[in-house]
Amino acid sequence: MPEIKVTPLGAGQDVGRSCILVSIGGKNIMLDCGMHMGYNDDRRFPDFSYITQNGRLTEFLDCVIISHFHLDHCGALPFMSEMVGYDGPIYMTHPTKAICPILLEDFRKITVDKKGETNFFTSQMIKDCMKKVVPLNLHQTVQVDDELEIKAYYAGHVLGAAMVHIKVGSESVVYTGDYNMTPDRHLGAAWIDKCRPDLLISESTYATTIRDSKRCRERDFLKKVHESIERGGKVLIPVFALGRAQELCILLETFWERMNLKAPIYFSTGLTEKANHYYKLFITWTNQKIRKTFVQRNMFEFKHIKAFDRSYADNPGPMVVFATPGMLHAGQSLQIFKKWAGNEKNMVIMPGYCVQGTIGHKILNGQRKLEMEGRSTLDVKLQVEYMSFSAHADAKGIMQLIRMAEPRNMLLVHGEAVKMEFLKGKIEQEFSIDCHMPANGETVAVTTNPSVPVDISLNLLKREMALGGPLPDPKKPRTMHGTLIMKENSLKLVSSEQALKELGLNEHQLRFTCRVQLQDPHSDSDTLHRIYTHLKSVLKGYTIQHLPDGTVMVESIVIKVSSCAEDANTKVLLLSWSYQDEDLGSFLSTLLKKGLPSGLC
Amino acid sequence: MAAHLKKRVYEEFSRVVQITHEEAPAKKLRLSKPSKSAALHIDLCKATNSTDALQYLLHFARKPVEVESVEGVVRILLEHYYKETDNSVRLKIASLLGLLSKTQGFSPDCIVDDAINTLNNEKSHQVLAQLLDTLLVIGTQLPESPTVRLRLIQMACKHLSDTYFGVRNKCLKLLGCLGTVDAPLTKDNEGADVRDVQTIISDYFGDQDPRVRTAALKAMVGHRHHLMYVCLQACRLLTDDYEQVRSAAVQMVWVLSQLYPESIVPIPSSNEEIRLVDDAFGKISHMVSDGSWMVRVQAAKTLGSMLQVSPHFLEQTLDKKLMSDLRRKRTAHERAKELFTSGEFSSGRKWADDAPKEKLDRNTVYLIASGACGAFVHGLEDEMFEVRIAAVDALSKLARSSPSFAEKCLDFLVDMFNDEIEEVRLQSIHVLREISTHITLREDQLDTVLAVLEDSSRDIREALHELICYTNVSTKECVQLALLELLKNLNKYPTDRNSVWKCLKFLGSRHPTLVLPLVPELLSTHPYFDTPEPDMDDPAYIAVLVLVFNAAKSCPTMPALFSDHTFRHYAYLRDSLSHLVPPLRLPGNGLDLVDSRCSSGSVESAQLFLQQSLNRVSTIQNLEAPGAQELLNFTIRDLQRLGELQMELAGAADFCATYLRCQLLLMKILEETYKLEFLYGGLESRQVATIHHVRLQAKALQLVLTARTRQGLDPLISSCEKFLQDIESFQRLFLAELPHLQDSFVDTLLELMPRLSSCKPVEMVKILQTTLRQSGLLQLRLPEQIHRATATIIEPTGESDNPLRFTTGLVVALDIDATLEHVQDPQNTVKVQVLYPDGQSHVIHPKPGDFRKPAPDRHRLITQVYLSHTAWTEPSQIEVRLLLAYSSSSTTSLSAPKLGWSDSVDGLQSPEAAVEGTIPFSKPVKVYIMPKPARR
Repeated sequence: MPEIKVTPLGAGQDVGRSCILVSIGGKNIMLDCGMHMGYNDDRRFPDFSYITQNGRLTEFLDCVIISHFHLDHCGALPFMSEMVGYDGPIYMTHPTKAICPILLEDFRKITVDKKGETNFFTSQMIKDCMKKVVPLNLHQTVQVDDELEIKAYYAGHVLGAAMVHIKVGSESVVYTGDYNMTPDRHLGAAWIDKCRPDLLISESTYATTIRDSKRCRERDFLKKVHESIERGGKVLIPVFALGRAQELCILLETFWERMNLKAPIYFSTGLTEKANHYYKLFITWTNQKIRKTFVQRNMFEFKHIKAFDRSYADNPGPMVVFATPGMLHAGQSLQIFKKWAGNEKNMVIMPGYCVQGTIGHKILNGQRKLEMEGRSTLDVKLQVEYMSFSAHADAKGIMQLIRMAEPRNMLLVHGEAVKMEFLKGKIEQEFSIDCHMPANGETVAVTTNPSVPVDISLNLLKREMALGGPLPDPKKPRTMHGTLIMKENSLKLVSSEQALKELGLNEHQLRFTCRVQLQDPHSDSDTLHRIYTHLKSVLKGYTIQHLPDGTVMVESIVIKVSSCAEDANTKVLLLSWSYQDEDLGSFLSTLLKKGLPSGLC
Repeated sequence: MAAHLKKRVYEEFSRVVQITHEEAPAKKLRLSKPSKSAALHIDLCKATNSTDALQYLLHFARKPVEVESVEGVVRILLEHYYKETDNSVRLKIASLLGLLSKTQGFSPDCIVDDAINTLNNEKSHQVLAQLLDTLLVIGTQLPESPTVRLRLIQMACKHLSDTYFGVRNKCLKLLGCLGTVDAPLTKDNEGADVRDVQTIISDYFGDQDPRVRTAALKAMVGHRHHLMYVCLQACRLLTDDYEQVRSAAVQMVWVLSQLYPESIVPIPSSNEEIRLVDDAFGKISHMVSDGSWMVRVQAAKTLGSMLQVSPHFLEQTLDKKLMSDLRRKRTAHERAKELFTSGEFSSGRKWADDAPKEKLDRNTVYLIASGACGAFVHGLEDEMFEVRIAAVDALSKLARSSPSFAEKCLDFLVDMFNDEIEEVRLQSIHVLREISTHITLREDQLDTVLAVLEDSSRDIREALHELICYTNVSTKECVQLALLELLKNLNKYPTDRNSVWKCLKFLGSRHPTLVLPLVPELLSTHPYFDTPEPDMDDPAYIAVLVLVFNAAKSCPTMPALFSDHTFRHYAYLRDSLSHLVPPLRLPGNGLDLVDSRCSSGSVESAQLFLQQSLNRVSTIQNLEAPGAQELLNFTIRDLQRLGELQMELAGAADFCATYLRCQLLLMKILEETYKLEFLYGGLESRQVATIHHVRLQAKALQLVLTARTRQGLDPLISSCEKFLQDIESFQRLFLAELPHLQDSFVDTLLELMPRLSSCKPVEMVKILQTTLRQSGLLQLRLPEQIHRATATIIEPTGESDNPLRFTTGLVVALDIDATLEHVQDPQNTVKVQVLYPDGQSHVIHPKPGDFRKPAPDRHRLITQVYLSHTAWTEPSQIEVRLLLAYSSSSTTSLSAPKLGWSDSVDGLQSPEAAVEGTIPFSKPVKVYIMPKPARR
């Protein structure tokens, strides 16, 4: 039985460093090549030595597919392709290809320039790496080579996020990357057709959560911002540069527009500006509303949101500022926070999760006095709000995707083991399919039952159609006679005559003959006649002939009668039938073995 | 018969050929062609190849065929059909046959045999499909013929096994349309199982082609009986691969649930049983999270029409069963409610505010809930706004039939106020208004609702005002909150003034007891100190007063809290904004004499007064009697005042007054009668007859006047004839009403009719003169419901002293905002008239899209009018008014005598006479404009 083997190098029972190896139909594919945010040593990249101890990866991998531009899905890409060595194709969607290098460059800058690490990839390496990228379009089937084909589906999550359908022959795997089943202000919901893959590899970040409607969250967020602005306060929203930031921008921008508000909104500049440019370009990847209205006005051409300058923070009057980074641990957001923390009219809204130890985490837990460097303390008087805007599918969403795709097997990655365990149980119970959740480095093999395509000759099919009932019923299998010819990697089903002709063989007749002893006190010819009448009464609808040369023919079965040498009353019947009439022949022999009924004349 | 027809056709054919030999011009030949069939035959015979033939047929199909020749044409077509080898031509012929059998008056039973015959011999699948389609047409044309029907069904059954999907599709369609239910269909070979049409159709639910599956489902939907046993199959098709099949299956399940709502079905994998409608509801709810948005829309729409579903299931659609890390979590809505009940204001400031509470048992969590769980929660946050709108509509339908559900879905609807698409927001506000009779808003909910008041879209704000008019609130804080927000709105968008005031009027009259404790604060009175008198022109202060006065109407203790200036302001507002300020009984105040009399008397007494006035008038026998006119004048004044005081009777009183004025001023009758007929809605034919009667009298008067003032007989004769025609048409139109018009003018005239029609004009004038004098006043019976069409121009207000400056030769846009009440079909009838000081007038037709309908019987016109003029030396005023256009059959005949009429009675018609066929129905508004000469 053929197998699909899956080995997560990262993201197995874990979040971050997504990197999954799949071998299917003799092809090896790497899905995502991410880094781990939590580590600063070798562990931040996947362990590529699993693939080969030394040398380049090119000969071991057929292709690499990147699902979206988040660093935990593409952060290790230049390292893998340039430092470890890989020259094959790398597939990603157009927006990912555009935005990914910006993020990689930013990441490189922080690690090399700020933290002073050496032995890291360079800008040139990022450029070289991006040259190997082949862009994908949604729903476009790309032939990687003769047998391997991939197709991208919309995944929501961030701009350009895609799910990939990988197919070799009749075996297939779907990898979801990160996806979102509920649409938001700038992205649509993930969608896949009923492709029935052999294996569905799904993320499971929110395996044990069913989320509330997004509308309440949005309303709360807007209300808080609005109230604070009306009081004349300043609102700080620390964000990560891409993804949720754009979502919040759109949300505030439309709200400002609707409510006719005048207070300024600022966005701290930097890489966001470049990225925003791409958001304007890739309108086709956004949701219905933005797609439909961009002709009048591109939603990412913000009217109310302006670039932030450091001096603006001291301006009087209300304002809203988006600033990076998202956890208030450094940079511009921290500077602004320090300036505004003293006024109770101001507000800070944390739109995402904060790691322990950061100021964001401290203030969320209600700490009102912060110790800053240089032994100074900071009184936190401003309001602290928490709003979760996450773009991952929740448990219900994951189930919905499974229902959409109808896979034969499931595999969960990108989540915590305990939570996966729960979802695994649920999936097995609801859909009764196998579900796996390998740890990093652990290999899962899924046996597939590939269908073997066979060419059938049209003549044969038509003949069978003519013989059979009114319609072929897809639910009921039907047997048919034919000859299977295996020649040069192709399978053909033809009628036996044609097969003989094609193979240049002679037809051989196979006949069965059998003797049946019968107690009958009549003469041979009488017995024969009695048999004839008996069969005639039993087998209706068959042609039964009494031939003058002393035989009875039932269809093509010949019956002869001769007396036994010792006992004239014991008659020996000779039956002979060809292989094709086996059914009827054996029926006749058993029938005649029972003897003739006495009532016959 | 057929042979005879053929012969006739050939005769015609031969005749045509003869004409061609005469070298007649081709065009003439076509004109004299007796029948199309003949021409067709020649064409078809001439056609050398199939393309030509096809061309001829296409050409032929463009022209209609008269009933007599249909059969002939059909024969020729069939004949050609048998000869034709090309598939496309045969296909066209088959479709033509179908078209022809639809011809009115042609009975297609004669071609059934031929059609079936061709069907049996046909090889091409496409043509077969087309032929079956034709048969379907024939079958539907012959609904009373069971034998034909049976034959057609047999044909369909026979061809069901075709390999081409189109043929199977058409067969199923035919079965669906024609298959009878009661008669089980016996197959022609004896002994075969007796199967009815449904079984045959349901076999094709499992067809390999999705299009055939869809057709089968649709055919079954057409068949609304004996469906029980296909239920399971239909449910299986809900998970089909193809969206069209799923969509049809949803429809199917819905039909089933409507037919047998109360049947009990078992739940698979358990031994419980539930009602069929509940089961179907659950299944369709499931489809709200389908992969295809078309199916989602359909499912959401369908849910809205399943009103019989049990409340338990209904409420599940709003419950998503939240959890976080396997712990049960409460929704934001539940938290809000809890906060409210615990008496604490929403804090939402703690991070772990929504921390999950109790731990869930792993086995009880159903992720794919088999049931209606959260269907609407999903539908309302769908990606496509079509789905969201469908879900909102469905919510409204379900909520209207179930108050408890209305209460529950409130939070969700309020959430939709924040949708990204305005259409959805507007829709949800409307829906909330519709169900608002069932609900009382909590403070936190009201807060969310009121937040939308700052929306920049006017439609949204107005819809919300409308909603607040109908809302019930629970505490005085709510009232205060609503007032504050409305004042804020007023401050931000001053154009909303009227709408806000109206809104506060209803708010006050709905919640008098809640307003009472707020009064001192609202009016800023103080027990010891005199407070400064507020500015009477401040719209915000007026808004507060409107709220207070309306509350005071049903709360007699409230006026005691008013300070002196409040009473003065009341008197002022009662006069200036009488539609917003109700009559109050104020203690020891002379100002309200009229009001107190009026408020003590109910509508009945006013009605009585109305009746009495009318009775008094009816005593007048002759208009020329001394004192009669004075009496009428007084009555008119009385009625008008009554209408102002008693809003309920305004229509009726106004109507009567106008009628009396008609009697009084026969001069302006023609205009006024048209006003009566077209400005008021809800008239019965009796009243219309009365109005026409008055018009007839006026015409008679006209005739008399013409005869006196004009020399020459010719114009007189023609106008006499016209008058006679008018009498006849009156008799024709109001035959049923004639018994009520006894002893009236027309009654006398009709008696004299034989004399009138034969006599000379001069004599006729004399007769008319006497009858006019003798005829009494026709009693006006009070109609049940009368609405007067009115229009108020809100914008421009006409108060601005700043002229609108623009360069001559260019245009300036003037914003017009008006409310129209009781206007039928405003898109076609309402026009804007602009009158320039030099007497020029323009009539502008607003775009249909400029009319909005905020409430039944009310329209809102928000449009722009373009003005332009040559240069003026100084600013001057133009007049803008709204016109109601009418078209009456007699308008054209009226225009001719009107000229003569205005000639003779000069000065009675105002110079800015109404534009032809229109009635001005709004007060004119003056706008200051100043066209400047263009700078070179």
